[in-house]
Amino acid sequence: MKQRLVVIGAGMASGRVLEHLTDAAPGAFDITLFNVEPRGNYNRIMLSPVLSGEKTYEEIVTHDDAWYAERGIACRFGERVSKIDREMKVVEGANGHVPYDKLVIATGSNPFIIPLPGHDLDGVIAYRDLEDTQQMMDMGPGNKVVVIGGGLLGLEAAAGMAAHGVDVTVVHIMGHLMERQLDEAAGYLLKKSLEDKGIKICLQANSKEILGQDGKVRALLLDDGTELPCDLLVMAVGIRPNTALAQDAGLATGRGIHVDDQMLTSDPDVYAVGECVEHDGEIFGLVAPLYDQAKVAAQSLMEEEAAFAQKTLSTKLKVTGCDLFSAGDFADGPGREDIVFRDPSRGVYKRLVIEEDRLVGAVMYGDTADGSWFFGLIKDGTNIDEMRETLIFGPAYQGGDTADPLSAVAALPPEAEICGCNGVCKGDIVEAINAGAGDLGAVRASTKASASCGTCTGLVEQVLQVTLGDDFQMPTAQPICGCTDLTHEDVRRLIKGQELKSQAAVWQELGWKTPNGCHVCRPAINYYLLADWPLEYQDDPQSRFVNERKHANIQKDGTFSVVPRMWGGITTPEELRAIADAADKYNVPTVKVTGGQRIDLLGVKGEDLPSIWADLNQAGLVSGHAYSKGLRTVKTCVGTDHCRFGTQDSTGLGIKLEKFLWGSWTPHKLKLAVSGCPRNCAEATCKDIGVVCVDSGYQISIGGAAGMDVKETELLCQVPTEDEAIEVVMAVTQAYREGGKYLDRLYKWLGKVGMDWVKAQVVEDRENRAALVARFELSQSIYRKDPWAEHVKEKAQTYAPIADFTLEAAE
Amino acid sequence: MSWIDIGHIDELPLRGARLVKTHIGCIAVFRTAETEVFAATNSCPHKGGPLSEGIVHGQSVTCPLHNWVFDLNTGEAQGADDGRIITYPVRLEDGRILLDDSAITRRSAA
Ligand SMILES: Cc1cc2nc3c(=O)[nH]c(=O)nc-3n(C[C@H](O)[C@H](O)[C@H](O)COP(=O)(O)OP(=O)(O)OC[C@H]3O[C@@H](n4cnc5c(N)ncnc54)[C@H](O)[C@@H]3O)c2cc1C
Ligand code: SF4
Ligand code: SF4
Ligand code: FES
Repeated sequence: MKQRLVVIGAGMASGRVLEHLTDAAPGAFDITLFNVEPRGNYNRIMLSPVLSGEKTYEEIVTHDDAWYAERGIACRFGERVSKIDREMKVVEGANGHVPYDKLVIATGSNPFIIPLPGHDLDGVIAYRDLEDTQQMMDMGPGNKVVVIGGGLLGLEAAAGMAAHGVDVTVVHIMGHLMERQLDEAAGYLLKKSLEDKGIKICLQANSKEILGQDGKVRALLLDDGTELPCDLLVMAVGIRPNTALAQDAGLATGRGIHVDDQMLTSDPDVYAVGECVEHDGEIFGLVAPLYDQAKVAAQSLMEEEAAFAQKTLSTKLKVTGCDLFSAGDFADGPGREDIVFRDPSRGVYKRLVIEEDRLVGAVMYGDTADGSWFFGLIKDGTNIDEMRETLIFGPAYQGGDTADPLSAVAALPPEAEICGCNGVCKGDIVEAINAGAGDLGAVRASTKASASCGTCTGLVEQVLQVTLGDDFQMPTAQPICGCTDLTHEDVRRLIKGQELKSQAAVWQELGWKTPNGCHVCRPAINYYLLADWPLEYQDDPQSRFVNERKHANIQKDGTFSVVPRMWGGITTPEELRAIADAADKYNVPTVKVTGGQRIDLLGVKGEDLPSIWADLNQAGLVSGHAYSKGLRTVKTCVGTDHCRFGTQDSTGLGIKLEKFLWGSWTPHKLKLAVSGCPRNCAEATCKDIGVVCVDSGYQISIGGAAGMDVKETELLCQVPTEDEAIEVVMAVTQAYREGGKYLDRLYKWLGKVGMDWVKAQVVEDRENRAALVARFELSQSIYRKDPWAEHVKEKAQTYAPIADFTLEAAE
Repeated sequence: MSWIDIGHIDELPLRGARLVKTHIGCIAVFRTAETEVFAATNSCPHKGGPLSEGIVHGQSVTCPLHNWVFDLNTGEAQGADDGRIITYPVRLEDGRILLDDSAITRRSAA
């Protein structure tokens, strides 16, 4: 007698099982096939091309009615199996029982729906089947859709709808797209291509609530209060194996239905295949392994020997114009080495991960032609030692040299601005060169490029080199570090000129040679980005030296020093009492008066920092930024308040200046002082910026120092009013912030740009002065605040150990 | 080997580190990428600098005191500097960070 085979689920995995079975042993089984969806097997992964309009549903049907009829398969489509009775060996469908000798469970998985308030509103869908796809296809121009989830499915859904002119926003919780398959650089390029298609992308965005109206979705509300209006909300945040049926039937399940190498469950007559299974601790979400499982299950049913083994997988995104490839393991694990190749002009990024002379992972964006070759090397575990040097160039490559350090400049479009002072773009310079300007001097003379502050000199030279080739001899310039061939000045100009607004953008567009920089370039790039794009760029604490990350100075024994701000060096009995109390409470070993007219508590334990700050905050004390490359102190003398020589209120001006400037980041530390008369008790003439009051106004001088170098300031200007003095100080500070090389004190910057240039920018050109002040104020709208209070509120737990085993009794 | 769950990956800042305190000293647990962690002694062999406070880049950390750079795979100091930090097995499972218990118990390797 024929064996009775029942199959639950007509998806991609069971489809393959049936193909193998009916090909190899036609008529061996009496087959009944159940499916919840009111149709047979179609190619689920091609739903995305259906959505985007590149294919029709008819084109992706795998098995049509005729196919099932030819093979005598009894189809029970649109019918859910509600129960498996293993004792009686029957399955219960909505329209009646069917007995089995052998059973195959292939129920796939369920999309995970985040249980946000409002998740059950009309218009909140997942992306799994034809019905979901149809709802998305009903959207058109004029509709707004929000997609939660920046993984494979979410992005395919977004791109598919964008192709129909829908206004799509993707909300993703992580810092870059497809973080499971891509690293940051590839994620950055992908984001850029999707944005070019008109898709909006919100990263690090936490969904809070789905808002509705009359039972229908209206908008998505984010944690930060942003409301994203939408007519349809698609959740594509992951899948969960569909195990309910198996679990109810008492089969062994974990995350999925447990199967052995033969795809047999804990019941010898029940097999399971597809996304619903768990094999050797793994669950599955791509079809390649499911096809292997299907073959093994079919062979096992026919009592042939077969075993399923897991293999390395590769991923591609089915979005036209987004060429990405990822395979193997490019994270995790000791003994790994990276090879990175970037070609900014073509938007190409490749990264190979090597372990013990074997390729273990590959991520590629922009040019994935060699993807399958690399994938082959990974799967076969080929020894690549011989070709290590040239491996990244792919199979076609033989000999030759490495990436061109000038490619970043070569890649710039003609309209990219090279010289910010005079508004000269690359195209102008190239034109001048083609018209005969053969060296820097000639380019300066004919275009003015690099003729003012001079920080773009290096770039102008590179444009000369790129345009003239070997006819131009490049002077050697000091690159920032081993990660790049560009200098600080080059990078600063390019960040501005190319509007690079994230570290990943800088690494990619400027051809960084490492995956994510090093301790030398990271703090510099972080500073340049936050100084140039205060609103768009978010400060990255992990790219800062410990002192600035922890807002305290690390001491040689690993403890910290805490210095609260004393505005203009003025304090009160209450503040002093609070400081004394804190010193007692936290057993501070040393209390010292600093040269900047305030009090330093030295020897505070790292884990006590948030509590001591909270105590000091209570008394109105805030961070003194004694640790920062930013405004430190404004030292003052007592001026007209108490001193018989005083000409102006130097203390008052000092306090005002400190209140305007505090919290701002600068290329290096910035110290100010205000003296009430030329006797100069506040030592203003050896500060970065010093103000000396005189009867007729305020003398502002800049570029002093009293460190390893001792320097007297140079006079910048004299102004009649306090307001104007404050304006000039803010404008100079901003000019230094915008132009200075990271870790250059103000006097070094002054030495490079020259006093005449500074005078022209902040004294003579009033309009420019006002613009500098406006840009400073814009930045201060973000940074003029107390980091201590913020860390106490939001980050206190990061100061404590993640785990503490000293609290447990010793063994 | 036996593994001890010390926390969730999201409790570690990307390209940052946190401490695990033990009776035999502090261990620094580093997160070098979205899903990549390393563990090593917190103390720099040069002058005891706290490595968990260093800048994390690639699969390396730079000591915050005098900028020695250590490869977290091998523990070797890079470049001209000569020294080594002890590294400990650590892995990720479903977002949980699992540290080998040799890191926290006093047991000689003999
Ligand atoms: C839009 C989209 C794009 C994708 N793109 C790719 C890709 O590019 N590459 C890739 O490798 N993978 C891709 N995937 C994943 C791939 O489609 C799945 O891995 C594959 O379909 C899983 O096959 P399966 O047979 O396990 O489950 P399914 O194909 O989901 O089939 C399960 C079937 O069981 C039915 N069922 C469930 N419970 C019952 C019940 N109680 N009674 C009766 N029937 C039931 C369901 O209705 C369903 O039809 C994509 C998935 C989607 C949704
Ligand atoms: S600088 Fe002049 S005003 Fe100020 S304390 Fe000294 S003498 Fe008095
Ligand atoms: S002068 Fe030298 S020793 Fe004294 S605090 Fe400054 S850096 Fe340290
Ligand atoms: S203590 Fe680490 S480098 Fe000096």
